[in-house]
Amino acid sequence: MSIKVRMAAVIQKLTNNQKEFDSEGSSVNELISNLEKQFPGFKAQILAEDNQVHQFLNIYVNDEDIRFIANLDTEIKDGDTVSFLPALAGGN
Amino acid sequence: MSEVNTSAQENNTSFTPDEVMRYSRHMIMEQVGPTGQRKLKDASVLIVGAGGLGSPVATYLALGGVGKIGIVDFDVVDLSNLQRQILHQTKDVGKPKIMSAKESLLSYNPHIDVVTFEEPLVSDNAFDIIKDFDIIVNGADNFATRYLVCDASYLLEKTVIDGSVLLFDGQATVYKPGSGCYRCLYPSPPPPGLVPSCAEAGVLGAMTGLVGSVQATETFKEILEIGENLVGRLVLIDSLSMEFRIMKIKQDPNCPLCGEKPTIKELIDYDQFCGTPPVTNFDAQS
Repeated sequence: MSIKVRMAAVIQKLTNNQKEFDSEGSSVNELISNLEKQFPGFKAQILAEDNQVHQFLNIYVNDEDIRFIANLDTEIKDGDTVSFLPALAGGN
Repeated sequence: MSEVNTSAQENNTSFTPDEVMRYSRHMIMEQVGPTGQRKLKDASVLIVGAGGLGSPVATYLALGGVGKIGIVDFDVVDLSNLQRQILHQTKDVGKPKIMSAKESLLSYNPHIDVVTFEEPLVSDNAFDIIKDFDIIVNGADNFATRYLVCDASYLLEKTVIDGSVLLFDGQATVYKPGSGCYRCLYPSPPPPGLVPSCAEAGVLGAMTGLVGSVQATETFKEILEIGENLVGRLVLIDSLSMEFRIMKIKQDPNCPLCGEKPTIKELIDYDQFCGTPPVTNFDAQS
């Protein structure tokens, strides 16, 4: 089970400046737990105190926003790409 | 010059020979033609911010003959702007951005009207500034203004052509009332300091041109009523790999602005809304 993880540039510092790498998991929750093992501290930056994803950050499985599927329980399968995408405000 | 201005302001149905020649590459296309070029001339577009994104958007809209271009910006041109903000030149340093923007746009195309607002866009003036334009292009550089543009435009039933940049990444989409909004995509802003600005983190200058060109293209399509717009789709641009990806955006039924039970029915204090104390900090990982 190989999941491709993609990080927006502004949060690549959470993953040792890696933009794209492989990880594992059968759900987004499980993937985040695995990413926590790979990159200690990752989970605390992605999830708020209520254990939900921060509202300024969206997680996509392929091109679908997990908020409209099953949130952190959204299932993922071999070959899926999971993208972490925070809001950007730069325009200047 | 005076004849040209009169022509633009009176909104007549004919084009001057200069305009016919100027817009010939548009008008020769079946999807545009004289009728489409007339739509462009009759259109009004407000650009929020005369900076990295506002510069290419305003330039292309002016070149393409959009009849009325509004620009709201309260800043003055700084030397550090000139790495990317093509509306302004070295001679403009220290000058209000709206002034150099207007000069640049009218030198590109004297057949258009440029309306400037030298003030920050805030809750007190947003409705007055936005109400007279058909389309709003968001080139703001902070979250407070982005949520303000979202709310005011939705409440006035305006289409927003949205774009943002940071580092080597860019995003763009289109929000139309009833089809989702910025709050559907990002319900809350990050705590201050969590997601840096371009001034704090940097931006590849040409990226603003790339995203701004996407916004300008979407604006032309919206006015011309052609093609498939970016409503419901978020374009992600990674310039380092030069990959363009598209994510789906859905209208959130729980959205406080455009959802089934809206709670936002007037403009709020956006500085306060965006000033929530940080609950975590990406910088802690750096």
